Amino acid sequence: MLELILFNVTNGLIIGAFYVLMALGLSLILNLSNVINFAHGNFLALGGYMAFVLTPFIGFWGALLVSPVLTALFGFVIERLMIRRVYARDPVYSLLLTFGLAFIIQDACRYIWGPNGLPMSIPDVLAQPLTPELFFITWYRIFMVAIVIVAVAGLFAFLRYTRVGIRIRAGTLDLDTVNALGVNVGMLRSFNFAVGSLLAGLAGVLAAGQIGLNPNMGDDLLMPSFIAIIVGGIGSLTGTLLGGLLIGVAAALTTVVWPAASEAVIYVIMLIVLVVRPRGLLGEEGMLT
Amino acid sequence: MQTATPHGIGRRTMLASALALAAPPIIAARGETPVRIGMVDPLTGILSALAASEVEGARYAVERLNKKNGILGRQIELLVEDSANDVGTGVQKTHKLIERDKVDVIFGDVNSGIAYAMSQVTNEAKVFHIVPGGHTDPITGTDCKWNVFRICNTTSMDAAATTGDLVQRFGKKFFFITPDYAYGHTLQDAFIKRLKALGGEYQAEQLPINTADFSATLIKAKAYKPNVLLNNMGGLAQINCMKQFTQFGMEREMHLGGALFELETIRAVPREAQAGTWAMEWWWDQPDVPEVGAFVAGFRKTTGKTPSARHWFGLVAVESVRLAAEKAGSLDGPKLSLAMEDMALPPEVALQPGRIFYRAGDHELMANIFVGDVHPPAGNNPDAVFTATSVVPGEKAAGPVSDTGCKMVHPA
Amino acid sequence: MSATTADAVRHAPARPWLTAAIIWALLLTVPVWLPMLGGYTALAGRVLVLGLAAMSFNLLLGFTGVMSFGHAAYFGLGAYGAGLTLKYLAASTPLAMLMGVLLGGVAGTLFGLLIVRRRGVYFAMVTVAFGQIAFYIAYSWNDLTGGYDGLRGFNRAPLDFGFATIDIADNGTAFYYFLLAVFAVATGLQGLLLASPFGRTLLAIRENERRARFLGIPIERHIWMSFSISCCFTALAGALYALLNNFADPMGLHYSLSGEIVIMAVMGGMRAFWGPLVGATLFVVAQDYISSMTVNWMSFVGLIFVLVVLFFPRGLLGMLQRMGGR
Repeated sequence: MLELILFNVTNGLIIGAFYVLMALGLSLILNLSNVINFAHGNFLALGGYMAFVLTPFIGFWGALLVSPVLTALFGFVIERLMIRRVYARDPVYSLLLTFGLAFIIQDACRYIWGPNGLPMSIPDVLAQPLTPELFFITWYRIFMVAIVIVAVAGLFAFLRYTRVGIRIRAGTLDLDTVNALGVNVGMLRSFNFAVGSLLAGLAGVLAAGQIGLNPNMGDDLLMPSFIAIIVGGIGSLTGTLLGGLLIGVAAALTTVVWPAASEAVIYVIMLIVLVVRPRGLLGEEGMLT
Repeated sequence: MQTATPHGIGRRTMLASALALAAPPIIAARGETPVRIGMVDPLTGILSALAASEVEGARYAVERLNKKNGILGRQIELLVEDSANDVGTGVQKTHKLIERDKVDVIFGDVNSGIAYAMSQVTNEAKVFHIVPGGHTDPITGTDCKWNVFRICNTTSMDAAATTGDLVQRFGKKFFFITPDYAYGHTLQDAFIKRLKALGGEYQAEQLPINTADFSATLIKAKAYKPNVLLNNMGGLAQINCMKQFTQFGMEREMHLGGALFELETIRAVPREAQAGTWAMEWWWDQPDVPEVGAFVAGFRKTTGKTPSARHWFGLVAVESVRLAAEKAGSLDGPKLSLAMEDMALPPEVALQPGRIFYRAGDHELMANIFVGDVHPPAGNNPDAVFTATSVVPGEKAAGPVSDTGCKMVHPA
Repeated sequence: MSATTADAVRHAPARPWLTAAIIWALLLTVPVWLPMLGGYTALAGRVLVLGLAAMSFNLLLGFTGVMSFGHAAYFGLGAYGAGLTLKYLAASTPLAMLMGVLLGGVAGTLFGLLIVRRRGVYFAMVTVAFGQIAFYIAYSWNDLTGGYDGLRGFNRAPLDFGFATIDIADNGTAFYYFLLAVFAVATGLQGLLLASPFGRTLLAIRENERRARFLGIPIERHIWMSFSISCCFTALAGALYALLNNFADPMGLHYSLSGEIVIMAVMGGMRAFWGPLVGATLFVVAQDYISSMTVNWMSFVGLIFVLVVLFFPRGLLGMLQRMGGR
């Protein structure tokens, strides 16, 4: 029994790690630019598809490095071409814009790569289970968690120790002052959006190895990312991290006792948080507009 | 300065006329009016791969027929609309095809829920309706209608056909992984009914439709030590379950099985996971039936693809309309329906052994179910991924009409 | 959410009855001119239903300045309420509509209580999440809602007034006029609401929330009431949708429909009363037409979103208002 719980907590952390990666990217973009990126799931899909295209040439490891960067580039271009034009306006416009982009990108993926699912091959060394007894933990899962840990640590380090990172954090709290201090806020936002997109692209490569490619593959991760942010608290990246892990573990543990409800439990958690502590676990009052 | 100019009227009229000019022209009658078939399918959304094949099959059949005599000597026009996997859209397009485009016959939908909603519209309008690929039982069961016929099998038929084969080859202890919605429930119940009749035992787990991670459930399955693991999931979830089954090395301890599988789906499965015993509703590799070879060759030549069951559904739908129209001498809904009942398909349409016919009691096509093993491509052919071990006649799998709950009521 | 009040006054249509008159003239004669343009009556029904949903939504967005991105939830709940009534309670159209309004309206009212202190994108995010909860319940609760396959097995019932029976079940034209009648009553109520002191207060909140607060207006309560009323009307539109299709399904609750409702309001002009109806007409007709032409219609729909946001943010009626006002 203990072993079962232990396994499921581990599994939950793995699922949660995935939610965390997605939600962090979404949260970054939300905090600095006040934009909900409805196309985030589609950026994930793009990341996956680009890895699929690149793998025959530079291998899985190469694709793992290059594909997220390409996704980041794509996000950067989108932000500069379109999203920055609507910052000054009513937030409804930026929402509609990312909404429309989501449709376009999904349809483009379907058009280019077909509506069929496509398999993505991962290196054989990763496809093995850890030990015959622990048959359900393949090296790929460990690898995914490791990558997420590296990425998250890298992100937090970036935000804490680099100049750009500090500016982004400052901008989240008071963009006007940052602007007045002479920072190019437009570039900052574009760069921030690119970083968020990079995380989504990375999640896409990892997801592709696990569940294969599909034009709709990002859709099922978008809502849990939202909920991770709401539960963790808007404005706080650490909160998003905790929120993602929490709902991942909760979903996994529910699968043990009541599998059909494993999806419902994350919504229940969200409702509880909204009623009991509306600003989220680590959210701050005043970050709510 | 503040006078309201009639911009409003001007703009609106301009927009309206622009719409009128742009609207697709109704084909002017040049001699004979064509026979119009309206096909509604989810060309976008998660079922799009299957829908695309159905439409392709229908188009192939229409082109082939138009080169000969068409239907009743008239050319056939196939109008295809996208239901986008949404009921409102499916119903709306059905109205459009019937009211605006004045189609004679309706095909659709792969999505069973939409197929059902469409059948209400076609029933009211007394338009002949064939469901090529929507599997839910009630369409030819408790919700059967005089104007609706179905080509693909019911969920129960697929399950019934596979159970016998699995029990015979592997054993009676099953573990089910089932999606928690109507299709899953029906499928599992059908399996259990047949399994119990053969004295088997089982354990089952119901999961959300879009589950991506099956490790918890697969651990339980391993602990239960069944002879067969039944993967009842659909779409992406089905593939992921198969992948994880192979990743965990479980094929050494139990056999993988399930009900419906499709060529389009197999292509998305990585090689090492292409395994298991499944039911195909039609398969292209039938060396014993000469017409199949000819059809496959012709289809490959035109489209460059190997035909799947979905292609066959589309083809049979078109050909059935032709056959029924010839028998009835008209395209009137009630007359076509009467002609279709008990109508058998000729060998070049049936493309399989045995008598393939539309059962009068429930309007379900009694076609064979090909039960067999999925495996990585054999030889050079990337589509040789399935080998049939038994061919189960549809009637045997379906059971009597009374079991389906259909009470067919014909119009006065 | 901060145009100046002077701006708002300058852009009001000079003769508001002219727009209304044109619209009603067109709506009343739809069965006459629509088929000539290659349309069909069911299309007009869909335009009316979604137009009502967009107008109801716009009570919140255009007139209170509050952004909900999960409004399809109340639309869908209205549809299920009506469907469940017709299937399990009674074959009565008025009862079905009432139950639909109650289901969606009560859900919205309760949910509004939870989130009324939030604003901006957080508010929007939470409304999306709530919408997905409703969506999840709809496709999971198989025994009640029919689950993934949707709720079926019900039909709209003929209207029995005692002295006369109107068959809206089999007669497409009669049903269209029934929809139009309900639409008229609903929009009439909405118009009265907006012209009332309550409506004026909502406008004040939209224009400048802080100033309204300093004036002593209880902001949260007004926003909550506006949210609640908007959800009730949206649920009514949903109930009509169930009657239109004789079907209720989970996709009616999905956030993609929410987004479409928003774009309809915006592309018609969210500051104009009839804007969302115009937007709904444009969007539904365009989608219907484009999806018949190409499988890649989703790209075009996405393109519409992008173009409207970048180049036509005021929407059609907004642009006309501007031109007429100069």
